[in-house]
Amino acid sequence: MMDCRKASQLISQSLDQKLSMRVRFTLQFHLLLCKYCSRFSQQLNVLNVAIRNIGKLVENDKNITLPKDIKESIIKAFESEKR
Amino acid sequence: MAKIIKNIKSNTEHHAHDWLTEHGDYLYRFALARLRDQHQAQDVVQETFMAAIKSDTFAGQSSPRTWLTGILKHKIIDLMRKSHQETNVSALLSDEDANMDEFFDQAGHWAEAVKDLNMPESALEQKQFLTILQTCVDKIPNKLATLFMMRDIHETDNAEICKELNISPTNAWVMLYRARMHIRKCLEINWIDR
Repeated sequence: MMDCRKASQLISQSLDQKLSMRVRFTLQFHLLLCKYCSRFSQQLNVLNVAIRNIGKLVENDKNITLPKDIKESIIKAFESEKR
Repeated sequence: MAKIIKNIKSNTEHHAHDWLTEHGDYLYRFALARLRDQHQAQDVVQETFMAAIKSDTFAGQSSPRTWLTGILKHKIIDLMRKSHQETNVSALLSDEDANMDEFFDQAGHWAEAVKDLNMPESALEQKQFLTILQTCVDKIPNKLATLFMMRDIHETDNAEICKELNISPTNAWVMLYRARMHIRKCLEINWIDR
């Protein structure tokens, strides 16, 4: 019988790799019976997507700009490249 | 021939200024989102532009932004790999293993109820949620966060990440598991009771 500790490990693992049919079956059986693990499973799936989206918060923040002095030093490097 | 080369070169210079104006800020935000360090982000953006004007691989098949972002990704990965080598990955795993004893009782059941997180529905809630999630990710050890960011950049190619960071697949899943457990717990505390 699979316990919640093991089930939670497998739920996390299933996000990164394909589990064997046998393991998936045992896990599904546990999830059917266990409210907490099935909640955990659903939450990890949402989190997995959300974690990838947090970068977008910064990426889309138009208030964040490359500092002027850095831009100037890049332009300077362009110039010296020209010579 | 020399004239043609000269023409190409001055063309690149001309483009380089446009690239900086049009894509400089975007590239900086892209780097900052992943490295979460202003100085490192500024450095990789500088390196990216230097590499861009020196290289002649941009042939207009993709947009300049896509091309520049591609160069930037490589610079970011190089940097992550270097900073990763500085800390011993196994040190991260030695203190705790995959058992996560603080989360389970001796019988292997959840020590505390797994609460419903009430995931966000409206756009405003979503933004709040992502902000809280960000602070939760910031709380986990830097190397675990790096692993997440690497996944993002590589678009989930785990085998590649393990190779880049020189960790075994087993270590990778244990690290990801531990990180997710802590992030979820952090959300339970900060999101539900906000």
